[in-house]
Amino acid sequence: MTDAKALPPEEADAGHHRFLAHHFDSPEQQFYTGKLGMWLFLTTEILFFGGLFCAYAVYRANHPDIFVDGHHFLSTALGATNTAVLIFSSLTMAWSVRSAQLSRTRGLIACLVTTLVCAFVFLGIKYVEYAEKMEHGLIPNRIYFERLEPRLAFEPDEAYLREKLSHYADPSAAGEDLDLRVRKVRIFFGIYFCMTGLHALHVIAGIGVILWILVRSLKGHFSSAYFGPVDYVGLYWHLVDLIWIYLFPLLYLIH
Amino acid sequence: MSEPTSSPTQGEPAAGRGSGPHVVPLAVLVAVFAALIALTYLTVAATHYDLGDWNLAIAMGIASVKALLVALYFMHLRYDHPLFALIFAAGLVFVFLFISLTLLDTLEYQSDTDPWADTLTRSGEPQTPMPLRSGSRTLNTNPKRKRGELSAG
Amino acid sequence: MEKEIAGSMSTSATDNYLTHSRGLKSWLFTLDHKRIGVMYLVSIMTALAVGGFLAMLIRVELAAPGPTIMGNNSLLGSDPAAGKDIYNQIFTLHGAVMIFLFIIPGVPAALGNFVLPVMLGAKDVAFPRLNLVSYYLWVIGAAFFLLVLVSGGLDTGWTLYAPYSTSTDTRVLSAGLGVFILGFSSIFTGLNFIATVHTLRPPGMTWFKMPLFVWALYATAVIQVLATPVLGITVLLLAAELLFKVGIFDPALGGDPVLFQHFFWFYSHPAVYIMILPAMGIISETISVFSRKHIFGYKFIALSSVAIALLGFLVWGHHMFISGQSPLASMIFSALTFSVSIPSAIKVFNWLATMYKGSIQLDTPMCYALSFILLFGIGGLTGLFLGALSVDVILHDTYFVVAHFHYTMMGGTLVAFLAGLHYWWPKITGRMFNNRLGQIAALMVFLSFNLTFFPQFLLGTRGMPRRYFDYSDLSKLDSSFTLLNLHSSVGAFLLGGAMVLTLSYLVHSLFRGRPAPANPWGGNSLEWHCSSPPPHDNFASPPAVGDPYDFTGLEYDPDLGGYVPRRRSVPAPETQPVP
Repeated sequence: MTDAKALPPEEADAGHHRFLAHHFDSPEQQFYTGKLGMWLFLTTEILFFGGLFCAYAVYRANHPDIFVDGHHFLSTALGATNTAVLIFSSLTMAWSVRSAQLSRTRGLIACLVTTLVCAFVFLGIKYVEYAEKMEHGLIPNRIYFERLEPRLAFEPDEAYLREKLSHYADPSAAGEDLDLRVRKVRIFFGIYFCMTGLHALHVIAGIGVILWILVRSLKGHFSSAYFGPVDYVGLYWHLVDLIWIYLFPLLYLIH
Repeated sequence: MSEPTSSPTQGEPAAGRGSGPHVVPLAVLVAVFAALIALTYLTVAATHYDLGDWNLAIAMGIASVKALLVALYFMHLRYDHPLFALIFAAGLVFVFLFISLTLLDTLEYQSDTDPWADTLTRSGEPQTPMPLRSGSRTLNTNPKRKRGELSAG
Repeated sequence: MEKEIAGSMSTSATDNYLTHSRGLKSWLFTLDHKRIGVMYLVSIMTALAVGGFLAMLIRVELAAPGPTIMGNNSLLGSDPAAGKDIYNQIFTLHGAVMIFLFIIPGVPAALGNFVLPVMLGAKDVAFPRLNLVSYYLWVIGAAFFLLVLVSGGLDTGWTLYAPYSTSTDTRVLSAGLGVFILGFSSIFTGLNFIATVHTLRPPGMTWFKMPLFVWALYATAVIQVLATPVLGITVLLLAAELLFKVGIFDPALGGDPVLFQHFFWFYSHPAVYIMILPAMGIISETISVFSRKHIFGYKFIALSSVAIALLGFLVWGHHMFISGQSPLASMIFSALTFSVSIPSAIKVFNWLATMYKGSIQLDTPMCYALSFILLFGIGGLTGLFLGALSVDVILHDTYFVVAHFHYTMMGGTLVAFLAGLHYWWPKITGRMFNNRLGQIAALMVFLSFNLTFFPQFLLGTRGMPRRYFDYSDLSKLDSSFTLLNLHSSVGAFLLGGAMVLTLSYLVHSLFRGRPAPANPWGGNSLEWHCSSPPPHDNFASPPAVGDPYDFTGLEYDPDLGGYVPRRRSVPAPETQPVP
């Protein structure tokens, strides 16, 4: 089963037994079980985010006009760039798994580093977006500790909201005045931050595990005889990408 | 190629052609990447056309195609044991179940409540929230009833 | 050959998992599923004691109308208003501790962790380190609940409904964080069990040759993996609402409190099947072994576990009939609720058929198993009352509901847990407990349980609401309210006494109990094919797999006090039909 040509004999043996847990009978059993475990974990993540998507669906069904108004404050260009960045990072992640399978350690490291760079670019763009919102006070306010830290409980910049919304007709066609629209649209940002924030937390966690895999790759742990962890981390990273694939149109591409 | 000892009687994937698990060809990976970028471009372009409710459907459809490509090729589901795809699909089925039943419920009574009209005064301060399910309630047989219109009785 | 096997199983092995390594660190950092199971067992029984103590406080308070020990110028509140607040906190914590710290981890974590790999002839679960992480997550979650207890309490009810939970200044955030962490403990256990059952079965053990307890744990694990994340997101959204006033559940900001209930019950209804499925698995094992008869309808019982797991996801709205949920959704949920009762009924009929013409051994585990059938039967049937939409409108939030879920959760899960605890006690500890005391305690549990909770059905139909500190208004109209509550409280104290008795003789057996043979009860699943307690690695080599419910190859050896393989080379004549 092991591609003995890829490794010198002594390393082939090490790969065979060094990372084989005592309760598994063979590396194949361990690899299969590890993948099964990771897919089960990904399913829990789907249910986890699924709850958020449910809240989004209910909210949007009840107040579609808020979403139309709200998305004007998001930059489609930045969102699309982030989408492209994540898709590219998925490519490099899948490529790194391929490299590990073929025992190409240098390729593996290069791909992992590229994936990490993409992840940081994603977070950087997110930071730019969040900073812009913070500047206009659109972070959900009335933080719980406002009694302790009054300076954190800032109010949204209503003038900014008014100015932007005045360019667009009232989407609910019920003849609502600008004041009401300004007040309503603040809720959009709560949802926006909850969904993208939770996703960003998962990106950060992904950076952590990719770093761990990178360290192990530098130590030469992975080869065609043993590449399970790279595969499992890859699956997790693809899930992060999958979730963004749905978040992007739902938040940025509202018509 | 040695068979794994004391393997479970069912469930282990047949190893890919040749030795070891299947390796995705680089050409496939790059092709999928190109398709994903193209679809992203398509979905952004689609927002410039006003197709009413179809905009959401198209956006979701394109997103689902992208998701399928990522799942099948990047995540290897196409080449793996079908159990993994089953587990993944099960998660999606239950999310779908959750969202659809909850939406069904909320859409049934949403026309009875329009908190914005009643709870925000001119100055923008929230009043005490309106009683949630006040009055007698009848089965809403007209889902297209306009928002803001209270039910009769 | 048989003598050899009998000999090696006759004494508790000098080197077993308990003696394999010594010292606190060997326990705290263990990867051995058996030790993790034992740590879980001790921990959840502590939680049971805490929750039970809180229940005693409630029953003392409700023994008479008006303030009794709370709000009576006492430690628990100086005046009725304070007493009311304290009462709210006590029933909230009773529910939260019992549900999140005892019942949900309960059978899977404490008994399942120990038994599952041994039943599969495996060396450990699929992910031993994850198993240890699960345990420590439980401990951390429990620490958060302790924090809540000592720092201001929680008075929202264990259900944490918005909008009260988003506006009260009690410790909702700490409790929520604790719940979130406990949720992950549960998810990881479920994940581990699914992977174990898929990949670590021995050669020859196909799906339909597994013991039914394994099927039960598998179905439970599926629910744990699919439902618990939604609890996680619910708590997260609650935190977002509390901290940032996002407005998802606040109608003043355009939100919807009923949405919270949808979120909460999407997890919490399947959660009750997490509680009951492993319990039913235990009953399947014990009924068969103690009737000395092959389980009847194996495939039906196995598949009904899966059916319950799946159908359980379709009925959550039956907790919300009067919440403002639309009538259409309510009707759909009510209809679906009736379907869930069918697989449970199938199990009960199969158990009864198993006992028919069997040779009943009334050892302690069987006493509990028989109790289960009656008590869960009552609990399940009263669930149908509550599932009927029109009836639920009257009974919702009354003591009828309280009685219903105590019959199913306590009369069901706790009783089955006790059955399993006694059944596997010799295997886990290597000691036999005093069977006579066990039978007496089981009878005491059965009688006092009924005395405690049956009156509550009557209180409910007569209109006593749940979560009420003071029912003197009702007592003024009808003195039966006082009498029934008094009966319930007396029963509760007797029940507490029975539990203390149980704990006493079990602890006593650890020091003075007779060493247990490998197979004291005559089971044929694989855990009975190794010594009591098992060695560190469970089995030196994967054991031969047969039919776990075929007892014809075993006979009782009075010198050993347990069962051994039948010595005759000619198989014993078939006296029982094998379905």
